[in-house]
Amino acid sequence: MRARLAGALALALLPAPAFAAALEGEAQRQPINWVAIAMFVAFVGLTLWITKAAAARTRTASDFYTAGGGISGFQNGLAMAGDYMSAASFLGISAQIFTDGYDGLIYSTGFLVGWPILLFLMAERLRNLGRFTFADVASYRFAQPPVRSFAAISTLLVVSFYLIAQMVGAGQLIKLLFGLPYAVAVVIVGALMMLYVLFGGMRATTWVQIIKAVLLLGGASFMALMVLAQFGFSLEALFARAVEVKSAAAQAAGATPAEAAAKGRAIMAPGGFIKDPVSAISFGLALMLGTAGLPHILMRFFTVPDAKEARKSVLWATGWIGYFYILTFIIGFGAIILVGTDAGYKMADGTLRGGGNMAAIHLAHAVGGNAFLGFISAVAFATILAVVAGLTLSAASAVSHDLYATVLKQGRANSADELRVSRITTLALGALAVLLGLVFEKQNVAFMVSLAFALAASGNFPVLILSLLWSGCTTRGAAWGGTIGLLTAFVLTLLSPAVWTTTFGLGPAPFPYSSAAIFSVPAGFIGIWLISRLDRSSRAAVDKAGYPAQRVRAETGIGAFAASDH
Amino acid sequence: MTQQEGHAPADPQAAMIAAVAADPRYGELVARRARLGWWLSAMIFTAFVGYLALIAFDKALLGMPIGDGVTSIGIPIGLGLILLAIALTGLYVAYANRHHDAQMAAILKDHGA
Repeated sequence: MRARLAGALALALLPAPAFAAALEGEAQRQPINWVAIAMFVAFVGLTLWITKAAAARTRTASDFYTAGGGISGFQNGLAMAGDYMSAASFLGISAQIFTDGYDGLIYSTGFLVGWPILLFLMAERLRNLGRFTFADVASYRFAQPPVRSFAAISTLLVVSFYLIAQMVGAGQLIKLLFGLPYAVAVVIVGALMMLYVLFGGMRATTWVQIIKAVLLLGGASFMALMVLAQFGFSLEALFARAVEVKSAAAQAAGATPAEAAAKGRAIMAPGGFIKDPVSAISFGLALMLGTAGLPHILMRFFTVPDAKEARKSVLWATGWIGYFYILTFIIGFGAIILVGTDAGYKMADGTLRGGGNMAAIHLAHAVGGNAFLGFISAVAFATILAVVAGLTLSAASAVSHDLYATVLKQGRANSADELRVSRITTLALGALAVLLGLVFEKQNVAFMVSLAFALAASGNFPVLILSLLWSGCTTRGAAWGGTIGLLTAFVLTLLSPAVWTTTFGLGPAPFPYSSAAIFSVPAGFIGIWLISRLDRSSRAAVDKAGYPAQRVRAETGIGAFAASDH
Repeated sequence: MTQQEGHAPADPQAAMIAAVAADPRYGELVARRARLGWWLSAMIFTAFVGYLALIAFDKALLGMPIGDGVTSIGIPIGLGLILLAIALTGLYVAYANRHHDAQMAAILKDHGA
């Protein structure tokens, strides 16, 4: 009943049901899992060894921010996939499929479709114009302080909300998987992430993400393969058996045969995930355009040597992430059959042991025994580390490169000072992340991930697109129009049901839709357009005059920053 | 060079950039890639928004079984959308690697870049 209630609640929170499942405080502490801990210690040992090697080569700001720009397209694609595939999406989406079937697929497609758009409109131009952060590109031809400050603040906001959600999710998951107390789990995540970023910078972060991506893809492939093997590699046979299982469960719960058959068939069709068309489209926009505005993803484009490698990295990332979502779909259906019919994975009341999120974890045990269960648990932990390390690095860069070096020192900071400021920021951010993780332990933070996506879609995305592609965009337009987009997304999210009603319990929400993007993305675009058009300042003339040369540089890569080594 | 030199008044690359910009081959090449980018963006955008609209307005259609089986129409459509995203990305990369880069390199070479 608890799981069903949680599932229903997750659906009511349309913006982030998959995350909701991962982030609700329903995790029961598990017995200590020694195999999982041994595998995790092996992972940590390997990554710390890599960090040590990377630290020896992290001497300049360029090493720290972009690994010297010497990462190949293939490696970067894997790292992007590692940055993007969170534990919440692995466990959350498979859990959603386990409960509702088809709906999980809608989520997966939403998370994928932003990648092609990122490639078609931005990737190569980003690489050609930028050096360390997306603010380099957004502010290229503009007065630096206003646009940099906007970009840095936006980065800090997006990263903070994403990071809080990850930290709380991490604490809950680790409590669940390893049997460690919540606070210990959060401190371990915070400390390891600080070590990677502080000493190894982008080079260590990249390798942590690559290793995690390989482990996660390998583990998920094995699970999907084992599931498919049981059904003669026929999806039809897999689905047919899942429908039977769901029907039988409904009948056992007292439904008539006709009702039970309909319940079974329901997992083959969209269910309660999408209620009204406005929320549906709005939510889709936030996921699609938000992906193309996430600072920690955009930053990865500066780690490759040129535009060609940037473009190849998106192809690899899209391929791996898409493949992963297809695996998740099979894993979710496999769990309906192999976990759902095995009383050993359930409590006396019929819910899953450890909470609704454990479907994929129990499936790992069902197909591969205790050793594989330990492996998948360790991979889930590693996954969290890779994501939080990338987030922290991008926030540290926003502070040291955008705020300190460019705004405060007006471009006159030396590399050593900039590097020192990024390291101090990393320490501060790590401590803050742990603190916020502890403060928000009992809160429902599911809305924070969708808020991060909405902010990225409404602030960063319009500013980047218009500064890259519209000659009429001005400093004032970008800085203030982008701020309007951010504020609209922020305020409307606060007024939406997930925050107003569910989190704060203030009654019916003033803003009825589950995602702000359908209003806040246009608000960002129109804000930039209108303010730029009305801008008669002398700076506006300089901004517009700078466009043709910027355009040529963006298209050709003339003057682009080259890799500092390799 | 540093970030600030990119738009400082005395841009050492200004002459080269002006020459490239004035080259009709450059204009055509860039326009062709931009057109491809917008078309492909429109395709994935329409496909995804159309999918969401289908879910919002006609859930039953997506739940219809294919033939006599259990698998619903929604499964190949949803998985197809994932494959479409990968395929369009691949198409763009193939075009850019095979045609765009070489032509751009030739133009830049002519202008001494």
